[in-house]
Amino acid sequence: MSEHVLPVPVNRKFFTRGVFLLIVLAAIMACIAVYRFLFVGLAGATNLNQEYPWGIWISIDVATGVALAAGGFTTATLAHIFHREHYHAIARPALLTAMLGYTFVGIGLMFDLGRPYNIWHPIILWHGNSVLFEVGLCVVCYLNVLYIEFLPIVCERFQDDLRFPAIARYCKWLLPILGKVMFLFVIAGTVLSCLHQSSLGNLMVIAPSKFHDLWDTPICSLLFLLSAFMVGFPMVIFESMYTAWCFKIKPEMEILSPLSKYTLFFTGLYLAVKVTDMLIRGSYVYLTEGSIQSYAFTVEMLFGVAVPFFMLLSPKIRNTPRLLFIAALLIVLGVVMNRVNVFLIGYQPPYATVSYIPSIFEVAVTIGLGATLMLVYRAIVTFLPVISHPDLVARKA
Amino acid sequence: MGVSRREFLRVVGASGVAGSVVGVATSSAEGSGAVVPSDDLMGVLVDVPKCIGCRRCEFACKEAAMQASAARGETKEAERFKPDAIEAFEDKSVFDDEGLRRPEPHCYTKINRFPNPEQPDKPFFTKVNCLHCVDPACLSACIVKAFRKLDDGPVIYDAWKCMGCRYCMVACPFGIPQYEYDNLWTPQVRKCTLCADEGNPNKGKVPACIKICPAEVMTYAKRSDLLAVAHEKIRNEPDVYQDHVYGEHEVGGTSWLYLLPHQYSIEELGFLELDSKAPPRLTEAIQHGVFMKFFPPAAWFALLGSMMWVSRPGADQDGEPTGEGHH
Repeated sequence: MSEHVLPVPVNRKFFTRGVFLLIVLAAIMACIAVYRFLFVGLAGATNLNQEYPWGIWISIDVATGVALAAGGFTTATLAHIFHREHYHAIARPALLTAMLGYTFVGIGLMFDLGRPYNIWHPIILWHGNSVLFEVGLCVVCYLNVLYIEFLPIVCERFQDDLRFPAIARYCKWLLPILGKVMFLFVIAGTVLSCLHQSSLGNLMVIAPSKFHDLWDTPICSLLFLLSAFMVGFPMVIFESMYTAWCFKIKPEMEILSPLSKYTLFFTGLYLAVKVTDMLIRGSYVYLTEGSIQSYAFTVEMLFGVAVPFFMLLSPKIRNTPRLLFIAALLIVLGVVMNRVNVFLIGYQPPYATVSYIPSIFEVAVTIGLGATLMLVYRAIVTFLPVISHPDLVARKA
Repeated sequence: MGVSRREFLRVVGASGVAGSVVGVATSSAEGSGAVVPSDDLMGVLVDVPKCIGCRRCEFACKEAAMQASAARGETKEAERFKPDAIEAFEDKSVFDDEGLRRPEPHCYTKINRFPNPEQPDKPFFTKVNCLHCVDPACLSACIVKAFRKLDDGPVIYDAWKCMGCRYCMVACPFGIPQYEYDNLWTPQVRKCTLCADEGNPNKGKVPACIKICPAEVMTYAKRSDLLAVAHEKIRNEPDVYQDHVYGEHEVGGTSWLYLLPHQYSIEELGFLELDSKAPPRLTEAIQHGVFMKFFPPAAWFALLGSMMWVSRPGADQDGEPTGEGHH
């Protein structure tokens, strides 16, 4: 019998050594932002060139960011649509990760756009034939859905706050309304996620002559969707265990272990479809070509999919925190590699004379975005009721 | 354990796959519906063996782009297009020094030199620029529809719409669109406009590069007529041309058509071996297959909604903890 533990603010000391490191990384990013937007533009801040128009800001900050935020809709689907009450404890942290993840996808995209002040243009200049338009519009809608899904958490925090009686009254009024309509947004979140996670995989299909055959398949969007299903729970497992470690509380293995069974299923499914696709297209002939692409594909499939799949087959590994963490981390890194492979390594412009290697500024911004996300995450779980854990309630009482 | 619920999860997985498979299946069905070049389509036939490599077209192109920018009030941009004196373009050392010459943001066209194995004193020259695809990938890719294809063929870019995502550059099979990375506030995607951009003095007339050519290498006429001429030339002079009009079928056809010397393969002349299918046909078919007038997303929404209803706490009595009525 699992008993419901209500989410509470973590209420720990905010400024730790780790937090200071995050602040430093975020500050470096802020300086580069000024440098990039006010002084040198893309030419000075990035190593992008005419042959490689997309670098790590697109392949990591945007494409990978979207994939790793998949924990939000997968957990919401499991906990709210299938009503697996057992998993309610992880629904809020997963929602927060998704909300911040997509927000930072937007911020990361701003860095990369040549005219970032036009970022809203797709909302008025519809282009239904553009795959990118579909991705963009779904992401915008989903981001709003995520903010709405997060609203109750904010309201719960302030509904009894006597310092702001007007806000408290408003929150008290809003909460039951949100509770009544929330199911619509939860379902919309899943639909929108399925749509854009898959369409993201269709982006490079328009450039078949530049896209390496190991990844270039008409079912690339299906593979992206399946890998989003696959990576959702490992991301939740990874962050739940990492949070537990940061706040020195026990990892909730009674939730995470059974969760990893779904991951086993989705990883197996992804592996099967991916291998079948390779066999049907005959793209396995490129595995032995000895290029960076062939190695990247092999590492991606071996360590990012196959190894964690076989690890998760063992109940012992699923029940051992450290090993489960490693398996989850491998899947997460495997999906990171896949997105980077599709958008960067597998992209082979025919007239390229120099290859693209990210500049120090690009790397620092990518790291800074991650650090800022973690910083905001920590701030939010410290002050808002996101995490539910028996240890936290006991400590509070 | 709620077996029924586990069943549901399987249903979700299966229907997700099914949905996408339907999408792809439709794609291969629709994918054959290639865009047919309209009869109004103008084109340019380039008789490559005739080119003498004088690079006057490079000069004329820069000059036209400069005049167009100036007419639009973009004085700074006009300055960047401003060509050197025409004599400077006679410098042949660029062919040795610059490798394979590619378009640049402020130089839409470039000439490349290839040695002629049969007559060393008469090398071949090829001209690179936007080929103005019949079914352009840049146009299909663009998130804000900043590209337009005019009825007579030119593919035109509207800078004010652009947000600078550079997906057009990823999509273009020829690597043509060039980006002004060094422009801090208003970078544009730059490429040949076939002199049909706003303010261009040659708009509606013969493009500048064609007009200036002293060797009459290029012919500007209806694309369908040009194809007939090209094939006739190949028939009449098989010892000069290879039996392939480059651009007739590549990526679904292009407005620029090339007659190439038979001594070289396509790739040896800096051109690319490309499939005859226009890439947007596949991506758009997948996209429209998945959307199909919003029917699949709506069905997906309804399906998830009904599963949410069926699996609500208390709906099945299989002894699992149902929580405290969470609605």
